[in-house]
Formats: sequence, structure tokens, C-alpha cells
Amino acid sequence: MLKDITLGQYYQVDSPIHRLDPRTKLIGTMVYIVTLFLYRNLTIYLIALLFLAMVIKSSKVPLSFILRGLKAIVILLFITALFNLFLTPGEPIVSFWKFHLTKEGISNAFFLCVRLIFLIIGSSLMTLTTTPNQLTDALESLLGPLKKIKVPVHEIAMMMSIALRFIPILMEETDKIMKAQMARGAEFDSGKLMKKVKALIPLLVPLFISAFRRANDLAMAMEARCYQGGEGRTKMKPLHYGMRDGLAFLIICIYLTAAVVLGKYFALPLLFFLG
Amino acid sequence: MSMIQTQKLTFEYIRRDEEGNVEGITRAVDEVDLDIKEGDFIAILGHNGSGKSTLAKHMNAILSPTEGTIYVAGMDTRDDEHIWDIRKSAGMVFQNPDNQIIGQIVEEDVGFGPENMGVPTEEIWKRVEESLKAVGMYAYRKHSPNKLSGGQKQRVSIAGVLAMHPKCIVLDEPTAMLDPQGRKEVIRAVRALNQVEKITIILITHYMEEVVYADKVFVMDKGSIKMEGTPKEIFSQVEKLQNLRLTVPQVTLLAESLRKEGMPLSKGILTVDELMEELKCLLL
Repeated sequence: MLKDITLGQYYQVDSPIHRLDPRTKLIGTMVYIVTLFLYRNLTIYLIALLFLAMVIKSSKVPLSFILRGLKAIVILLFITALFNLFLTPGEPIVSFWKFHLTKEGISNAFFLCVRLIFLIIGSSLMTLTTTPNQLTDALESLLGPLKKIKVPVHEIAMMMSIALRFIPILMEETDKIMKAQMARGAEFDSGKLMKKVKALIPLLVPLFISAFRRANDLAMAMEARCYQGGEGRTKMKPLHYGMRDGLAFLIICIYLTAAVVLGKYFALPLLFFLG
Repeated sequence: MSMIQTQKLTFEYIRRDEEGNVEGITRAVDEVDLDIKEGDFIAILGHNGSGKSTLAKHMNAILSPTEGTIYVAGMDTRDDEHIWDIRKSAGMVFQNPDNQIIGQIVEEDVGFGPENMGVPTEEIWKRVEESLKAVGMYAYRKHSPNKLSGGQKQRVSIAGVLAMHPKCIVLDEPTAMLDPQGRKEVIRAVRALNQVEKITIILITHYMEEVVYADKVFVMDKGSIKMEGTPKEIFSQVEKLQNLRLTVPQVTLLAESLRKEGMPLSKGILTVDELMEELKCLLL
């Protein structure tokens, strides 16, 4: 049950996308997400699809591996589509009993699903090609200006990377506690929902206690190794923008302009196909 | 030159009830006088609750003495100005390897200490490489610490301290959570550091087998030092050790029983090889 969670999965392969500076990838992803919500017409999604296909191709991550990430949201997509198709008021095409399939419904359902799918693929593409550490470094660097208004950027980034480091350790621990409780007759998978939730309490309490103990030990170990916050710290792996990143930024700019201009002036309405 | 010197070092844990009233005072360390020379391999022995870990935490300025003084490389640990210098000169390795590795890749973890000290990037890479080679973990530099064995993780922790170029390393029960194989790996790495790099080692443990190679052994009980001397001197007093609830190595016990039965063996035999030699002389 716990092994299915794959947070920030990284796909190890050498590709131009992997070698990009993590800040470039982060900014690129942001731009991409924003464009998805700019207009409601086909043009913008065709452009986004083109952009996405190009990035996936050069990232060398197999398409099947990327699409696996969509499995988790299939049910969500299905329910969203269903609700939108039949419950949107408007011009009915087919009706039965209380439900009307409307033109507006089709268009709503279509855009919502496409947006969700594109969103998941785009952001998982970033985590697949960037190690969690690079990602936190990028966040720390990009949010750097916020230090001026007293936002503890370094501390936030440090917390994120420590949290990521401890996920597998705490999972292992959960597994251990679960087995220990099961050996004494606890049941985690049977019974009604309420019973299942109650069964989690004897699992969570020891887990929290152990997590606090670990945090205490870790803090001591960090202090013993001279950790005193972000001030005066040097980096073992400093971030550098290279020629590659310049090119990437150029492509992102072209994409953004194309999306904004074409999306506005050459809008293909979805219902154009439906007649 | 003295690496660590304590004078009547005392530390008290104060237990308080919910309102913050003092419920009781536990003297974890009681008037300890120590003098550890640079380049020494020191072992501190003691059963659980003998105050040995509390003493260790004073050597890295994590705890500050209630009474008495402790000087690390000539600096008083109560002096806030020197706290980071003290931590640079006396590195510390803790018991649980999982709770002291910060990086998600071995080399990043080893680089953590130097990063904190503000060492320039190129120098960090040099130090990381040297330290990982010194503990024999260079081949694993790109691995995730989660996939290593306990002994390997603990060697990475030692490399992490080593990269800070300390004069002295304090190891607080580094082998307590390891299997026999991992214990051997760690002790071998620690001995190499002492002999090759001339780093002062303070090994805190309750495994007698590990102190055999030490220059000097201190035995602690109830917060104070009950015995001190070379491993040979310590291990020749089997009964006294057993009274302090310490388990003596099997070979030493065997030699001791044989001696009591009238065999002319010398006192304080520590290794199987030593016993073999003596027995050979006697029987051939």
C-alpha cells in the first residue's frame, strides 16, 4: 500500500533536458502551466501539445513511463468529465430523464480534462528530469529575493530537502510498526472505514514519537557539523546557467509568444468540429 | 600538547515536573579529570547510563558543564565565541547512522560540513574525495545513503566529519546499532585514521573487543572514572570489570580461568592470537 507512493520520482538518464539548470526547468514549467489557462480554444492546446512532444522527445524519458503518472487521476478525470457533460446548463443535444447532454457541457468537460492531463504530464516531466536536491536548490535561488522581506528561504529549502531524505526512512519505519502491531493482532485492511481509521491511531502515535526523536538527533548532528543557517555557507554544487539554458529560454519565449498571439487571433473553437 | 583536558567536570540533568518545579537532579558526570594528548587513541568504556555519552557531548560543546571546565584544543567550551572553532577541531559521530546523514547522495552528505564552514567549492570537492577514500567509501560516492548497509552509512558519517579536517574525532557508540561485520568495518576505518592521519580518536563504546587497540582506556561508572590504563592493565582486572557490569572478551575470560586453575599465563590477554602464542610456548 505504501510502496505505491512515488513522490518526485526521478528518471535517471542523460539527456539535454536533464542537464538543464533546474531553475530553467522550473521557470519553463511555470510558463507552460500559465499558458494552459490563458484561453479556451483548440489552438493553444495544439501549441502546448507540440511543445510538450518536443520536450518529451529530447528528455529521453519513455512516453509509457510518463503516462503512468496519469493512472492516479483516471477516476478523478472520469468523474469530472461525467459531471460536466450532464450537469452543465445550456443548449441540449440529447436528453434523458433529468440529464441533458449540452454543447456547453461537452466543451467544459473537454477543456477541464485536457488541462488536467497537460498539467500532470508537464509537471511530472519536471520531477522526472530533476533530482529533488536540484529542485530545492532552484527554489532557494529563485525565491532568493524574498529574503529581503524576511522570508526564511534557505530554511524552507533545507526543510524540504530533509523531508525528502526522510520519506523512505519513515516509510520503512511505518512498515516496521505495522508489522509489529499485526504480530499482536491488529488489523489494518479489514472492517468498515471508521474501523480502518481507528486502526491507524496505534500506528501514527509511535511513528510521530520516533519522528520527533529523529528530528532531535538530526538537529544535534547538524549543529555538531557547524550548521548555523544559510549565512556564510558555500555550495558544493553551485548552480550555473550555461549556453544550453540560453537556448532553452529562447524556446520558452517563442512558445509563450506563439501561445499568446496565435491563441488570441487564430482561435479554433472546439465546437467548430461539432458543427 | 593536550587535545582535551577536563578539570572536575560535572554535569547535572535537572528533571522538572509539569509546573517546572525541580523534581530531582541526576549527576550524569561527576568531577571527571581527563587529559587526552594529541594523536592518542582513547577508549571510554561503560555500561548504559554510566555517563559516557554525556561526557562525549561536552567535547563538542553540545552540552556545557554545570561545574568544572573542559578545554578542547585549548579553548573553553563555555566561551560562546569559540563554539564553532571547537566544533571544527572536535568532530562528532553519533550512534544512529540514519539520524546524522543529511544529504541524499553520499558525496553531498560528506560536503555538508565543509559547506557550513564556508570552504570554497573546489576545495570542498577535494576534501570530499580525500575523506571518502580514507574510509574506503569512494566507490559509493554517487549512491543514496538509504541503500547502504549500517557499517557503510557509519563510515560515510565518519567521512563527513573528516572532511571538516578536525584534529580530533569523538565517536559516541558508533557501532551500537551495527552487525558484527559493520562493527569491524567501522573500527578498522577508525584505526586507520588514527595511524595514518594522526587524528586523535575518542571512542565511546560498551564493546570490550573494540578497545583492544586503544592507547589508553577509561572505564566509567555512575558518572565518574573508575579505572584507567592501557588495555592490558584494564583487562587484567577481570573481577573489577565484571563488578562494573562490563562483559570481558571471551578470550580474556578463558585465559583468566586457565590461570586460576594454575596455568602460568600472563595477565590481561586480549586476543586469540596472544593466547595461542602463550599456549604454544607452554605446551611445546
